Amino acid sequence: MKAGDELPALEIPVTRTLIVAGAVASRDYQDVHHDTEAARAKGAPDIFMNILTTNGLVGRYVTDHFGPAARLRAVRIRLGAPNYPGDTMVLTGTVTALGPDGTAEVRIVGANGLGHHVTGTVTVSVQEQDS
Amino acid sequence: MSADRVTGADPADLYAVLKGFEGRPAAVAGVGKDPVNEPMIRHWCEAMGDTGAAYRGPGAIAPPTMLQAWTMGGLSGHTGRSQAYDELLALLDGAGYTSVVATDCEQEYERDLRPGDRITFDAVIESVSARKTTTLGTGYFVTTRTDVRAQGEPAGTHRFRILKYAPAARRGGDDRAKRPRPVVNRDNAGFWDGVAEHKLLIQRCAGCGTLRFPWLPGCGRCGAQEWDPVEVSGAGTVFSYVVMHRPVFPAFDPPYAVALIELAEGVRMVGNVVGVPYGEVRIGMPVRAEFVRVDGEWELPVFRPADGGRGGRG
Repeated sequence: MKAGDELPALEIPVTRTLIVAGAVASRDYQDVHHDTEAARAKGAPDIFMNILTTNGLVGRYVTDHFGPAARLRAVRIRLGAPNYPGDTMVLTGTVTALGPDGTAEVRIVGANGLGHHVTGTVTVSVQEQDS
Repeated sequence: MSADRVTGADPADLYAVLKGFEGRPAAVAGVGKDPVNEPMIRHWCEAMGDTGAAYRGPGAIAPPTMLQAWTMGGLSGHTGRSQAYDELLALLDGAGYTSVVATDCEQEYERDLRPGDRITFDAVIESVSARKTTTLGTGYFVTTRTDVRAQGEPAGTHRFRILKYAPAARRGGDDRAKRPRPVVNRDNAGFWDGVAEHKLLIQRCAGCGTLRFPWLPGCGRCGAQEWDPVEVSGAGTVFSYVVMHRPVFPAFDPPYAVALIELAEGVRMVGNVVGVPYGEVRIGMPVRAEFVRVDGEWELPVFRPADGGRGGRG
């Protein structure tokens, strides 16, 4: 592995079920993540994915790639265009740096039909550890 | 003093009051409602489609990205949330910023979380932004940092940014907002009178013959104040353009292209480009003026590619 390596893209169909399941699994009961009418009243066209689900998907994307020994050390994300039902988010990643402590830094972009849903950086340790 | 400008319609002192919350606690001695546990880990992994071996079986750890989930209040509300944070949110609610959306999440993980770990946390209000206008509406960004512990040991930090905003007016439907009307005055009334009759009129200086647009009371070349109206052909080319994405103004439906059109007569005019996807507008594209009726009340000149949008490319 070296800086510049690209991770294979991962397509995530943004279903209503994923949005609601992710919100409930993260114990986020904000109505905009499960109640379409409430979301519309707040200026959104539909329910949309919560940030905790996006965070979980970004983490999964990186650990899926680096395998069972990989451990997430940091996940830093910023949201842009919302993930609405019916869209598809395509996650892509690029290794931007390798640390002397066996960590890799991966730049992440999750693009949907509206633009960039998420951009961010994940730090993952890719070597076996004792703990 | 810049705060006054930034906060616009808000009471001048609101931003100062909001800034006063920086550094105050957002949660004190919060306790996770459930210890780290296998069922919640499994539900999370099912939702995320995460089949990672580290999160299953004997010796399983929780997905690190669950850090915030262990601190969530759920349907029964938050525990340990500070009076200061409630006050801050109530202030924003009271000022009309009633909705909330998360924009940033930055987590660092110091220790694996395993079933049985008891979660405690403290949080501080790190910053409150100046008033910002976004696609969703206008509001303030509030950033908190939460220090999470497991069995009393540091487990990770979680920085979280939310936008507390006043929802923008809904688009579409019968309540659709009207477009802003042109400001018509004695200097430009002749132009809009022409538009109402589907004529595109510019001015020709009676002194030196220079053509000009937009309409002005005097000639920029010779200073003469006498002029004659001249109808242009409506043919021109795209001299420059932008694609408007945001902010989203009521009555507009972005993205759309707005171009500076160089008319065949040599003057330039700003107008929307219609009849072609916004992404296919190009500099040099030949266009022709036409007129659209706006809100059923008035006419507006726009420009359509003269050859179906194929010109000017390549």
